[in-house]
Amino acid sequence: MEIVPLGDSALIVRVVDDFARNPEASLNAVLAALRSLEAAAIPGVTELAPAYSTVGIFFDVAGIARAAPEQEPFDWLSAKIESALKVRSAGSEKGVKTQLIEIPVCYDREFAPDIGDVARVAGLAEAEVIHRHSSAAYRVNCVGFIAGFPFLSGLPSELATPRRAAPRKDVPAGSVAIGGAQTGIYPRNSPGGWNVIGRTPLRLFDVQREPPTILRAGDRVRFREISREEFGGFPQ
Amino acid sequence: MNVFVRSAGFLTSVQDLGRAGYRQSGISVGGALDSHAMRVANALAGNEDSAAGLEATLGSLRLRFDDQRVVAWCGGAFAVRLGDENLPPGHAGLIAKDEELVMAAPKAGARAWLAISGGIDLPPVLGSRSTDLRGDFGGHEGRALRDGDALPLGEPSVLPARVAKMFGDRRIAEWTAPSAWVTTAARDRFLRIVQGPDWTRFTPEAQTSLVGAPFTVTLDSDRMGARLDGPSLPRQDPSDLLSEAVGPGTLQVPPNGKPILLLGDCQTIGGYPKIAHVITVDLPIAAQLWPGGLVRFYDVSLAVAQQLLREREEDFTRFRIGLSLQAS
Repeated sequence: MEIVPLGDSALIVRVVDDFARNPEASLNAVLAALRSLEAAAIPGVTELAPAYSTVGIFFDVAGIARAAPEQEPFDWLSAKIESALKVRSAGSEKGVKTQLIEIPVCYDREFAPDIGDVARVAGLAEAEVIHRHSSAAYRVNCVGFIAGFPFLSGLPSELATPRRAAPRKDVPAGSVAIGGAQTGIYPRNSPGGWNVIGRTPLRLFDVQREPPTILRAGDRVRFREISREEFGGFPQ
Repeated sequence: MNVFVRSAGFLTSVQDLGRAGYRQSGISVGGALDSHAMRVANALAGNEDSAAGLEATLGSLRLRFDDQRVVAWCGGAFAVRLGDENLPPGHAGLIAKDEELVMAAPKAGARAWLAISGGIDLPPVLGSRSTDLRGDFGGHEGRALRDGDALPLGEPSVLPARVAKMFGDRRIAEWTAPSAWVTTAARDRFLRIVQGPDWTRFTPEAQTSLVGAPFTVTLDSDRMGARLDGPSLPRQDPSDLLSEAVGPGTLQVPPNGKPILLLGDCQTIGGYPKIAHVITVDLPIAAQLWPGGLVRFYDVSLAVAQQLLREREEDFTRFRIGLSLQAS
């Protein structure tokens, strides 16, 4: 583990060194660290931001100075973080609560402008791309880039497809797409360079909800293929 | 009671101190790009720090009010008039019912923050009245203001009798805030930095170039970040990095070697290496960067950066106490 400053009011805790070797265990370790840090409620800490192998910690320097006027804020905070993470027992990674969420996806050509490209790169028929994409088990590595965008690991390696050379100006909300070895869902209309292969009728992001996103880091996801008729019948 | 937008100018939006607590959902903190200026203007107008005001970009803003209000502003080198009187930055001014506030284009800098007594009373979204211009939510209908908009104002916390006493027969109050807080557009912009998490991934030449060489702000700069052109900043190892937390002030370097200085509306995570980070007390200067402008960086230690921030916070607390004594 390593703690590095991100400016004067944030730092990054690098929880695991090699995420790629074992993404599943790495993500569990990061989520367990996140829970331990939440439970520790360190004075002056304003926000925690997990992503892949790290937890970003944002803090109020003046608040920390009030809690520990004699110490350098970074040193004091680092010590607090280290002791919070030591408290975590070996078994706590199993205790990380995550949900399994099923996302209905319509892979109809109307919603899948890039499925031909994905099929070509994979050397598979389009129906086989749909079958494999909707059969795999995924996990949310992190949520970011734009509000509510989930980055999912677990894409069958043969479906990995490089991002489009020229990003699209407007990818519709709900678009399910492949970018490199990851798959993701555009929560709202936005520009984007991933290969769009379907669309979900679910509203992934809604500021009137608390929390505003359905998916959180660590959640497990499955895609269920639905017909164009079923898509149209979904309550908006 | 309302403020009416006669002319919305180039880009004006409702902002407060931002929307903290939702990074896990990928939501930027946003808020006033110079949140300190917003706080100071609010204090001068008799508001809580967190009251919502307006962030104006390049001026050309005209507002009218349907009752008497106290207003104050901080930021770039703008000229602001209340009726036929000039309102300097960092002073509270009284504007009468049906009078116009006019903010012209700036001589230097790009943005200004205007506080109105009572604050802009729109419903908070996820704990903030800030407009998230990328997410199209918060503020007024999730968008920049347009000519003809009307925004509801809250009840001023300062009683009318006290306002009368504060101003006497003047309409511009004499007291002011430290000039470094209220006027943030300098001709030569120096931003102090601390080394970033990926400092050692860059070549010694890149590290030397970053500190001292001038960089030019390029056209594709906005509330997310200022893109800079200058000496290229090559890396020692070109390996791909996993995305991790970034924040306002992060100086990240894409593969083309041209740094991007992230500002308030920046994404929550990023995969480009972070060579350095602008210190918090200098973010007000960063918020005045505009295409064509020059900026230079010089490095300070983390301890110095945090000490400067602590001192500013203590000064702000004293400033608030001073104001409340003036008004009592």
